[in-house]
Amino acid sequence: MAPEKMVHMANQIAVFFRSQPGDDQAERVAAHIKDFWEPRMREQLRAYIADGGEGLDDLVHRAALSL
Amino acid sequence: MTATMGLDDRDMGTPAREGAPVRLTIDGFSVTVPAGTSVMRAAAEVGLSVPKLCATDSLEAFGSCRLCVVEIDGRRGTPASCTTPVTDGMVVHTQSERVRKIRKGVMELYVSDHPLDCLTCAANGDCELQDMAGAVGLRDVRYTPGENHYDPSGTGARSQAEARLRMPEGEANPRYIAKDASNPYFTYDPSKCIVCSRCVRACEEVQGTFALTIEGRGFDSRVKAGAASDDFFSSDCVSCGACVQACPTATLQEKSVAALGTPTRSVVTTCAYCGVGCSFKAELAGDTLVRMEPYKHGKANRGHSCVKGRFAYGYASHKDRILSPMIRDSVDEPWREVSWDEALTFAAGRLRAIQERYGQKSIGVITSSRCTNEETFLVQKLARAVFGNNNTDTCARVCHSPTGYGLGQTFGTSAGTQDFDSVEHTDTVIVIGANPTDGHPVFASRLKKRLRAGAKLIVIDPRRIDLVRSAHVEAAHHLPLRPGTNVAVVTAMAHVIVTERLYDEAFIRARCDWDEFLHFAEFVSDPARGPEETEALTGVPAADLRAAARLYATGGNGAIYYGLGVTEHSQGSTTVMGIANLAMLTGNIGRPGVGVNPLRGQNNVQGSCDMGSFPHELPGYRHVKNADVRAIFEAAWGVPIDPEPGLRIPNMLDAAVGGTFKGLYCQGEDILQSDPDTKHVASGLAAMECVIVHDLFLNETANYAHVFLPGSTFLEKDGTFTNAERRINRVREVMKPRNGYADWEVTQRLANAMGAGWSYTHPAEIMAEIAATTPSFAGVSYELLDEKGSVQWPVGDASPEGTPIMHVDSFVRGRGRFIVTDYVATDERTGARFPLLLTTGRILSQYNVGAQTRRTENVAWHEEDRLEIHPHDAEVRGIEDGDWVKLTSRAGETSMRALLTDRVGPGVVYTTFHHPRTQANVITTDFSDWATNCPEYKVTAVQVGLSNGPTDWQEDYTAQAERSRRIIAAE
Repeated sequence: MAPEKMVHMANQIAVFFRSQPGDDQAERVAAHIKDFWEPRMREQLRAYIADGGEGLDDLVHRAALSL
Repeated sequence: MTATMGLDDRDMGTPAREGAPVRLTIDGFSVTVPAGTSVMRAAAEVGLSVPKLCATDSLEAFGSCRLCVVEIDGRRGTPASCTTPVTDGMVVHTQSERVRKIRKGVMELYVSDHPLDCLTCAANGDCELQDMAGAVGLRDVRYTPGENHYDPSGTGARSQAEARLRMPEGEANPRYIAKDASNPYFTYDPSKCIVCSRCVRACEEVQGTFALTIEGRGFDSRVKAGAASDDFFSSDCVSCGACVQACPTATLQEKSVAALGTPTRSVVTTCAYCGVGCSFKAELAGDTLVRMEPYKHGKANRGHSCVKGRFAYGYASHKDRILSPMIRDSVDEPWREVSWDEALTFAAGRLRAIQERYGQKSIGVITSSRCTNEETFLVQKLARAVFGNNNTDTCARVCHSPTGYGLGQTFGTSAGTQDFDSVEHTDTVIVIGANPTDGHPVFASRLKKRLRAGAKLIVIDPRRIDLVRSAHVEAAHHLPLRPGTNVAVVTAMAHVIVTERLYDEAFIRARCDWDEFLHFAEFVSDPARGPEETEALTGVPAADLRAAARLYATGGNGAIYYGLGVTEHSQGSTTVMGIANLAMLTGNIGRPGVGVNPLRGQNNVQGSCDMGSFPHELPGYRHVKNADVRAIFEAAWGVPIDPEPGLRIPNMLDAAVGGTFKGLYCQGEDILQSDPDTKHVASGLAAMECVIVHDLFLNETANYAHVFLPGSTFLEKDGTFTNAERRINRVREVMKPRNGYADWEVTQRLANAMGAGWSYTHPAEIMAEIAATTPSFAGVSYELLDEKGSVQWPVGDASPEGTPIMHVDSFVRGRGRFIVTDYVATDERTGARFPLLLTTGRILSQYNVGAQTRRTENVAWHEEDRLEIHPHDAEVRGIEDGDWVKLTSRAGETSMRALLTDRVGPGVVYTTFHHPRTQANVITTDFSDWATNCPEYKVTAVQVGLSNGPTDWQEDYTAQAERSRRIIAAE
């Protein structure tokens, strides 16, 4: 998948969970990505983050720690 | 032979009533019926049919024909039994000498103005006038032909055959009106009309269009469609067929019956068009389908139909249908017709070779929301048990996947909460992002009936859809929001309900999580989320929104019906949750007349989702990560199930472009035409090494396919569909598959060519496997369906006959969950380059990508997609009605002709996507719902300008499609 598209999709998820109550937003972003993203998409996200993760929402960065 | 499942299919004369029992005696027989029942219906209940012409049980009694007169002890005269309600102790005589004489006289008068052409009449054998002439013993007509409507020659001929022989030159009968054959499917022959008004009443009461009227008085009375200058086709008639069905004579007659003769057998089955899931009697002579007639015991449609289900079945026998399997090594070659064995061996070999080279997860399937539950179940089983991965998705991805997520999160299950009958108990209806009169016409008719009876309507839609104002229906509020602002509007409604304290605290405390409610209430109460603050971005006047919210919260039973205008957005799932919030806030859940009701686009969207088509869920909406769920299927199938979610359709295409997804089995879906960003879909398909298309026609996707497996129509197989009310309804084999195999057999053969060893001999066995593995279907069997007609899931020990209304005492997830719905603007924004917003939708006569309806006479109503544009936006661009215009977005460009209309507001344009040449999805982008990847079809920033005709891309596409459809026939 084009990196911009992946960043856009991941950030959309982060934006939703940021609006939710509680202090576990990063965990919920991670859980959503685990539940709905196929492993190779998650692998692409992890590799992108390892590469600096430019443009990704901070919540996605934090979520990636538990992916 | 009629498969009516033991139900009485007779015409009882007048509608059923509910009421206290009333006991009476008819011709010596004692009968007990509900209060309000007519004497006619009571007689029918004991098997005594009173002669009748103007009465039929789909319509309220009218009392005009005077044929149903009876005598009642203690009453004077001879009252009409259709309009006389029963009373306790009444003693009725239906066959006295006096009434016999009256009836005979009435019939003699009717027949004196009716041609005696019975033997050559299209209604011969299916004519109530003929039947009644027999029933009353009419043996002669004493009146000589005088002034009449039937004799074109005006020479006193008794029959039209005789009139043609006598036809004078120049002179004729001025009262005679020739047959109107303007409708593609039925004719109107005024010369055979007995002016019983059944057609006019059906158009009003059942369909709710009011296209027909009785013109003139007395002997001059004639049925008329539309205004003086109209014929049936140019009138408001929507060709639903209700008038034709109601007509007792050949006056309104299907052309198919006229051409083929009366049918000799009928089979009850389920329509394969929209998610209403109407029951029909398929009426046949041998294996020739003569007519589809709506089945009055169908619980979704209650005897009504629309132009698609009733008439648009010609695609099943269209010359374009492909009946032989075909293969080719590469997509630039012509197709080669081959045997089934060769095609399946070729396909299986390629798929296995791809897996060996690129890995187990390099291939996948797309199940069809048009195929049966059983077929869908097998296709996802093919991926999970034979391919060994979860790469299965379905066209519901691109329509209602946000419904699955949103309702799952809030209520605990992915389904509408009501049955369609529920609308009869509704007081206030919100229709949001749906256009039922076009997309779900039979439900729309039921809704309009309720609106005419006084229920209030709120329409939330960028377009002024027909429901906003049409015959005898007017929305109390139309909130014409800017596309993409659903969440802001729904949240603002919650703001009004919470801040004005219109919420149902008792319901919320009893049924929902109170802490989550408090948080939600605080969130929505922020003035920034109120209608005044959001008006500038939504375009909805704050006062209107406030009034609409108050009406929904306080107007009695409130029901929400929504469609793809809700789901197909970047925030589709959020809007679904917002809708669920509104229902919980107001306590509109868990009883008749309320609820949250997704209107499903295709016939089996609900079923395909139920059957585990999504890559993260096994059948019954259970995540693949759950070991206990996997264990059920691992035990049943004897293979391990992958615990990781698979690829969704857009992800498959991305992975294909990326080189890791190489093979696809696509059953009954045309992703190249229906999915967004056509160029991206085409690149994905082109990058695959084995695309198997299993379909009726060489669809657009097949341009990129290597294997074509011919499909069977819904008329040619057994199975079940599950409609938008969770109603599981039987699809029955009406005729043998023209391609040789039902679709479930084809999937089984493909699986077996890959070594699966499946041995199903009938879809009932597949349903047994579904029931054994999926709790919501635990009690479902073909025996139960044959007995009950249909059932709504869940069906199990707790609800052995199904569940018409969900969440009655508690939510499926326990406590209802309020979820904060923060509005986030889509990144698809207008600007200087693309200043207009395009939104897309459907039209009544066409269905989805049009593969079926374009191959029927329905094209008479809609032969091309048009771009609806507001006159103001057109004027500044120099565009006039009918001009070719080019539509450009950041994804691509296409062209079509413009239709100037103020149904869309300034700044918004609208089109349908029924025709491949238009390629509306060249324009749509790859933005999608945050939770589910459901594409954002409903918002695309575009520019519109004059053009000379089709774009280069359209011309190239058409040429490529033609090249790709070359076929070398088998020897």
